[in-house]
Amino acid sequence: MTWTWFHRLGSPPHVYRLAARLTPWFAWPAGLLIVAGLYGGLVLAPPDYQQGEGFRIIYVHPPCAWMSLMVYTTMAVASAVGLIWRMKVAHAVAASCAPIGASFTAATLLTGMLWGRPMWGTYWEWDPLLTFELLLLFVYLGYMGLRASFDDTQRADRASALLAVVGVVNVPIIHFSVYWWNSLHQAPSVMKLGEPTIALPMLIPLLMMFLGFTLYFVAILLVRLRGEVLRRERAASWIREVVMS
Amino acid sequence: MSVSAVTMTPQTEAPAALEVARLALARDLRLAFRKREQLIQPLAFFVIVATLFPLSTTPELAQLRQIAPGVLWVAALLSSLLALEFLFRDDAHDGTLEQYALSGRSLTWLLFAKTAAHWVLTGVPLALTAPLAGAALGAPAYSLPGIVVVIATGTLALSLLGSIGAALTVNVKRSGVLLSLLTLPLAVPILIFGARATELAIRNESYAAPLELLAAIVVLCLTLAPLAAAAAVRIGLE
Repeated sequence: MTWTWFHRLGSPPHVYRLAARLTPWFAWPAGLLIVAGLYGGLVLAPPDYQQGEGFRIIYVHPPCAWMSLMVYTTMAVASAVGLIWRMKVAHAVAASCAPIGASFTAATLLTGMLWGRPMWGTYWEWDPLLTFELLLLFVYLGYMGLRASFDDTQRADRASALLAVVGVVNVPIIHFSVYWWNSLHQAPSVMKLGEPTIALPMLIPLLMMFLGFTLYFVAILLVRLRGEVLRRERAASWIREVVMS
Repeated sequence: MSVSAVTMTPQTEAPAALEVARLALARDLRLAFRKREQLIQPLAFFVIVATLFPLSTTPELAQLRQIAPGVLWVAALLSSLLALEFLFRDDAHDGTLEQYALSGRSLTWLLFAKTAAHWVLTGVPLALTAPLAGAALGAPAYSLPGIVVVIATGTLALSLLGSIGAALTVNVKRSGVLLSLLTLPLAVPILIFGARATELAIRNESYAAPLELLAAIVVLCLTLAPLAAAAAVRIGLE
């Protein structure tokens, strides 16, 4: 009895309506948190004694980096659910995740490079975090490339789901090996973001940005999911009711 | 080799799986030795790529020795990727792969045998050619046995890991670029540990640590990659 909500998630019309209903509940708090966090971080928080105004990238870059991994995890969990229970909607979730995750990864790289210019004196440094993000971007691109190479949606779903699950095993190994490689080839002279002690006026906007980005991801995911469900169910009769109403 | 023999005597399933895997391995090796150009082409490619580096940088051995591990590994990686495309291709086209899946035998073991054959046919020759390319790039004689061991271990990991990507793209037309895009990011750990071990071997230092990490990746791939490849082949046949 208690599992009916889960079984109803297997029905595309139900998911379509649920996503439409839930979107504002995530989009509005996300917008408010991001605006408030940006104001708190860019205006209210004092400049850092070491990095000056440059530290303010912390309000965009680490939340993006967090999302790049979090979206991958969501995608892999959705893929596993789709593979195990053959749930069509789970595959639609995974398909909607990939471009969002790739965008967050690209944003992480871009903001990291912009921060690196004043701090390291160069746009690109073979820093383990940046290198890892670059490899993660390729993993996303590979996933999307594999998905695009099939005409049959079902086959694309299952093949790319398997790739996402393989990636979940492999991504931590890539992370570890990149750190290992970097510690051998480079002196640990780079400045580290996110020191353990961070002043409260700096911390609160940061937490707001983290939460805001996460909610923003869910809102965008729900919008993309509706589009994905419409595309997949274009032959179904319930679509006509939705479009006509 | 009838299917019913297996279903009627389930207690002999495990040795039967191994026996079938051995037959598949023997078949692949025999087929490959009848089509020798498939054996030689990846090797020629490996040597050509390694030759490009002195031509594009400098002929001085002292400087080449510095980049030799990277050159050897990039060349080995590209060469095994090139060969991966043919791992399942022919068998998928003539229906052998489908028969494997329908045979009632363990598809995991069969694909493992195919991957093992692939390594014997591409990885081992590559490892045996590597000292030649290595010596041409200024690697000292004492480092050459180490290079053979490291390249052999690394290509085994690459064959196993690549078998997943090859199985996923087996029905995709002109899959070469896509297969590289799928496999290369996942192969980065192999490249890092392999190149590091080669570098230490050339410097005459102990390369045990990166080689052991490489071996750990091989063990992980041995246990998981054939399962994933079998799942991928089944998806392709659905």
